[in-house]
Amino acid sequence: MKKAYMIVDVDKCIDCNNCFLACKDEFVDNEWLPTSLSQPRHGHRWMNIMRKERGQFPLISVAYLPTPCMQCENADCMAAAENDAVYRRDDGIVIIDPIKAKGQKAIVDSCPYGAIWWNEEEQIPQKCTFCAHLLDDGWEAPRCVQACATGALRFLSVEENEMEKIVADENLEVLHPEYKSSPHVFYKNLQRYTRCFIGGSLAEKTDGVADCVAGATVTLYQGSEEVGKEISDPYGDFKADHLKPNSGSYRLEINHPEHEVKTLEVDLKTSINLGTIWL
Amino acid sequence: MSIKKLVLETMLFGLSKLFGIQAMRDPTFKERLKEKNCIAQIKLLDDSVGRYFVFQDGKVKSKRGIHPEADVSMIFTSAAVALELITPPVDNLAMINAAKNFQFVLDGPEELIAWLPVTLINLLSAGTKYGTDLDDGVKRYVNNTNGGPVYVYVKDDKIIRITPIEFGDDDPEPWTIEARGRKFTPPRKATVPSYTMTFKSMVYSPDRLLYPMKRVDFDPEGERNPQNRGTSGYERISWEEALDIVAGEIKRVRTDHGKGAILSGTGSHHLWGWIGYWLSTHRRFMNTIGYTMVDHNPDSWEGWYWGAMHHWGHSSRLGGGDSYSTVEDALKECEMMIFWSSDPEATSGVYGGLEGSIRRLWLKELGVKMVHIDPFYNHTAGMLEGKWFAPRPATSHAMAYAIAYVWITEDLYDKEYISTRTTGFDEWKAYVLGETDGIPKTPEWQESETTIPAKDIRALAREWGSKKTYLGCGGLGANFGGACRSATGIEWARAMVYLAAMQGLGKPGQNMGNMQWGTPVDHRFFFPGYAEGGMSGDLAGTAAGLNMFQRMPNLPSMNTSYQRVPRLKIPEAILDGECEGYPTDSKTIEGQFMGYKYPAPGHSPIRMYYKYGGSHFGTMSESNRYARAYRSDKLEFVVNQAIWFEGETKFADVILPACTNFERWDIGEWANTSGYLFHAYGQLNHRVITIQHKCIEPLGESKSDYRIFLELSQLLGVANPFAEGTDELGWCKRMFDGTDLPKAISWKKFMKKGYYVVPAPPEDQRPPVAYRWFAEGRKKDVPDMSPLPGDYAGEYGEGLQTQSGKIEFVSSSLNRFDPDDPERPPMGQYIKSWEGHHTTELYGKYPLHLITPHVRHSFHTMGDGKDSFVNDIKDHRVLIDDYYYWIVRINNQDAKNRGIGMHDLVKIYNDRGAVICAAQTTERVPPGTVHSYQASAVYDPIGEPGNSPDRGGCVNTLTPSRSIIKRSHSTASNSCLVQVEKWNGEEGER
Repeated sequence: MKKAYMIVDVDKCIDCNNCFLACKDEFVDNEWLPTSLSQPRHGHRWMNIMRKERGQFPLISVAYLPTPCMQCENADCMAAAENDAVYRRDDGIVIIDPIKAKGQKAIVDSCPYGAIWWNEEEQIPQKCTFCAHLLDDGWEAPRCVQACATGALRFLSVEENEMEKIVADENLEVLHPEYKSSPHVFYKNLQRYTRCFIGGSLAEKTDGVADCVAGATVTLYQGSEEVGKEISDPYGDFKADHLKPNSGSYRLEINHPEHEVKTLEVDLKTSINLGTIWL
Repeated sequence: MSIKKLVLETMLFGLSKLFGIQAMRDPTFKERLKEKNCIAQIKLLDDSVGRYFVFQDGKVKSKRGIHPEADVSMIFTSAAVALELITPPVDNLAMINAAKNFQFVLDGPEELIAWLPVTLINLLSAGTKYGTDLDDGVKRYVNNTNGGPVYVYVKDDKIIRITPIEFGDDDPEPWTIEARGRKFTPPRKATVPSYTMTFKSMVYSPDRLLYPMKRVDFDPEGERNPQNRGTSGYERISWEEALDIVAGEIKRVRTDHGKGAILSGTGSHHLWGWIGYWLSTHRRFMNTIGYTMVDHNPDSWEGWYWGAMHHWGHSSRLGGGDSYSTVEDALKECEMMIFWSSDPEATSGVYGGLEGSIRRLWLKELGVKMVHIDPFYNHTAGMLEGKWFAPRPATSHAMAYAIAYVWITEDLYDKEYISTRTTGFDEWKAYVLGETDGIPKTPEWQESETTIPAKDIRALAREWGSKKTYLGCGGLGANFGGACRSATGIEWARAMVYLAAMQGLGKPGQNMGNMQWGTPVDHRFFFPGYAEGGMSGDLAGTAAGLNMFQRMPNLPSMNTSYQRVPRLKIPEAILDGECEGYPTDSKTIEGQFMGYKYPAPGHSPIRMYYKYGGSHFGTMSESNRYARAYRSDKLEFVVNQAIWFEGETKFADVILPACTNFERWDIGEWANTSGYLFHAYGQLNHRVITIQHKCIEPLGESKSDYRIFLELSQLLGVANPFAEGTDELGWCKRMFDGTDLPKAISWKKFMKKGYYVVPAPPEDQRPPVAYRWFAEGRKKDVPDMSPLPGDYAGEYGEGLQTQSGKIEFVSSSLNRFDPDDPERPPMGQYIKSWEGHHTTELYGKYPLHLITPHVRHSFHTMGDGKDSFVNDIKDHRVLIDDYYYWIVRINNQDAKNRGIGMHDLVKIYNDRGAVICAAQTTERVPPGTVHSYQASAVYDPIGEPGNSPDRGGCVNTLTPSRSIIKRSHSTASNSCLVQVEKWNGEEGER
């Protein structure tokens, strides 16, 4: 039995918002019973693009995280619903029955991903349906995927074991694995959003003239373990990335044939630009 | 009776039979027949042949002969003429020739002489099917926008959804570029941007104008109360009353004041479609009534037009460069790409949708180094990453000079190219080295101007000088860019040309471009751009003379007024009664020198303003001036024709409600401007030409602009000089017939399917690379007809448009014009911004540099406001206490120093005005710089219009109205000093 999955490549999301707008275009002022009533004109973000800045001026990086409903296999919303108001289809898509779910505000609060929204006018909880009504009508992908400008969003209808292979081959992750909800939405290059970097800019001064130091080796240690190695670029910049936030002490060792070794200690909370480091 | 007369009688008889048949086949035609009850006569001048048609309650009866009391007559001088004109297919050239020589005359009241010929055309074309029938009573149509083409799904006269188009099996395969051992092929779809995706919410916006309105305290026969414009309420009136007032005022103003008293202007852009475009329908009507034109400053080009043009020509592109086949060249050769004041991810080049994003991602995959020079960490930087330089706004030309200094002193530039392809370098080199003014333009020197560390400039210069580098300056890659729109725009743009020349512009991997423009689509298949004037027939004021006047014969239209007003000086024209301007002239370099004055000799000052379309408050400079001008009693009458109640609409005496392109017929091609941006469809992965189906009926009582102008024309007796007996769909057919489309697809198929994708040419037929011919000393071989033959100093096709034919470091055109102009010397120099960190007194009061780039999620004002979906985009507006506030981006440290947190309401202000915004605290701007997009559609002053803070977000109220240099008509909006503070709701809180 083929199931519905979405893959989000964080490296390719440029915050164009086509996915967000396509979703509104499909659901505002349109009823798609039995899977959904119309979405309010404002206020809902069934595709919610989270935004992040990492680092400090001028060494920064931005990342965007499109988050639809995860279509969890162990859905908290299903558990919180009364009267079978939330059910899971054979293709894995989780549907909030717009009739049965009336008045059940608890369903909104039940989602740890914050993917469910309250429709005040209709008095129902609502969320992304992977455009189930369109898929049932032969469309190849939900509206968001169709509108994506870069291919950051992909939709797959495949057997479970095939998806397992893809997850392994492409190094995919889920968001908040600690929720243990078994989502059907997978992320590629998630570390761009969730991890931190330690960066800086190496420079030196000779006869009063400052210059960038390219080609220096910056080795990152946690304790005695080497956890990263970067080579400074033509601007002297280096970025040791994919580190866990709040992961404690790191030591940087900067080596360049024309300079003495320089060592720095960093207590990593969030991405940090160490600024200009003079060798 | 002659044979011809017999045939004519038979044809007329056949025509009469067709009415019943077509009415059965086509419900729209059936409805049309109900529109008029009249007796229509078709006959020869000598009455020897005739047939009349009685239209009564939708039925048509016909009889041979001459009716004694025909309401309207179509008269031909001879049977030969009649047969030529009514035998299908209709020959429009023959029709116009006959009409111009009075061989074919329409006689009767305006309404009927407009209605009858259209009815006869529709008789012949009725029943043409369009759109695709889907299940459940849903029909899928095609339409188009300035972000690209779309499918429109309709059920029961309501748009259900609007989606991008994914091409089908019958559409051609895309091109493939082979580079560095890989193949690059774009996806088979049209990749559109946010402001296209939001159109359903714009069509069904609560701010739609659904009926004509009149200001409650405006009485054309009594008190007009102009001082209340912008604060008065409105009452609903009928179309009859509205049009009577407008037509009456047109006649009164022309009679009372004379030539030139009517001013009319539009935005620079428009909802898509060539028939409805401002260069088409609006232009046609205004020419027909005679008016003072609003002269557009070259806003997208500024520093390129007033500056760079003098060093490398390109007047036809208003001073910017061309980009042919640079996408392929970059994929093959480019090692580093510099985005200098270039954010194509936000600006889409112009009309390019998001087609370029995937192409830039290809370069990233290939490991091409990326550099971004922009005071803001823009969206292109966000996507591609790489090295970011954030110079102080309006100082980055100092970086250019320092880079040149490093190249000169470290021998990192193309000496052979400089000596053979350029002139005047030695003089400029001496300046850069400090030999003429004692100031060597070193990396250390530029640091005090830009704040960029000297070491970083040295590194950049060395990287650039040792790698094959593409300089992507401006959003288009060789044109535009916020840096060109500042007090130093001229110096920046010409510095870009200088640097590109020093690295051998046109050699493999060494060019201008940012992957936005220069795809290998077909450049030979002809379809016009909107600049070619649509149906306007305006040979003088549009590019109709390029192709369309021969391909789509129609009546010319000519404005009889010589008076024009520079757009940035409209308030001065109204309030002060005088101003001066310099023209935007694409014909030749010296065109921009020809200053002109308002009022023009012998012309009346402006007394009536017919405003159309998008608002100036969010798009011009120091825009409070426009609000103040409206409230002057010098303006006796203001009519605004618009789709939504927003912006300047609220300042009109009479409002005429127009409908969107989804509610009327049109035809157009994606991104095809022609004119100043010849071959602009080279930004796309596919060329897509669309019929723009009328998807739904106009909402409420709104009408198409064409219909509004037609009805006004009827009241002024100029129905057929305006409409030429053709309706909107008729014009679409006439245009279709004049293009290369009929060679590729039938009208029937085009109407049904809705779009045609032009196949990409084989690899060996792609355009040659831009400037390769120039770098190699050959004749120009790119498919560009410009410059005109008279602009070649040597042999035609050899060299550039400059006097020497080469890139001139010291401009001969400026030397001829004014060698001693300190504002614009013939040689590029480091000139300081007249509003910036050097203007210390002002800087002390307003210590933040404001930049106001082109908004990302709206096409200027088009998608913003009007309760559209884009307002919910987190990076567009912020909802606070039920109000959607515009965003100002401020550095985290600057914010902290002012006690400002994320999404706090702040006042951003200077001596020109104040705007209430939501703060976005960020690392994406350096301390000392703030960023807020231009183009708010909402102008919402909390007190007196023009003299109080604006809550809507028009940061354009803060920018200077001073031109870059005196001898120009230009905007320097990015030289703007402001202060930002937390706003506590004082000063006229409501």
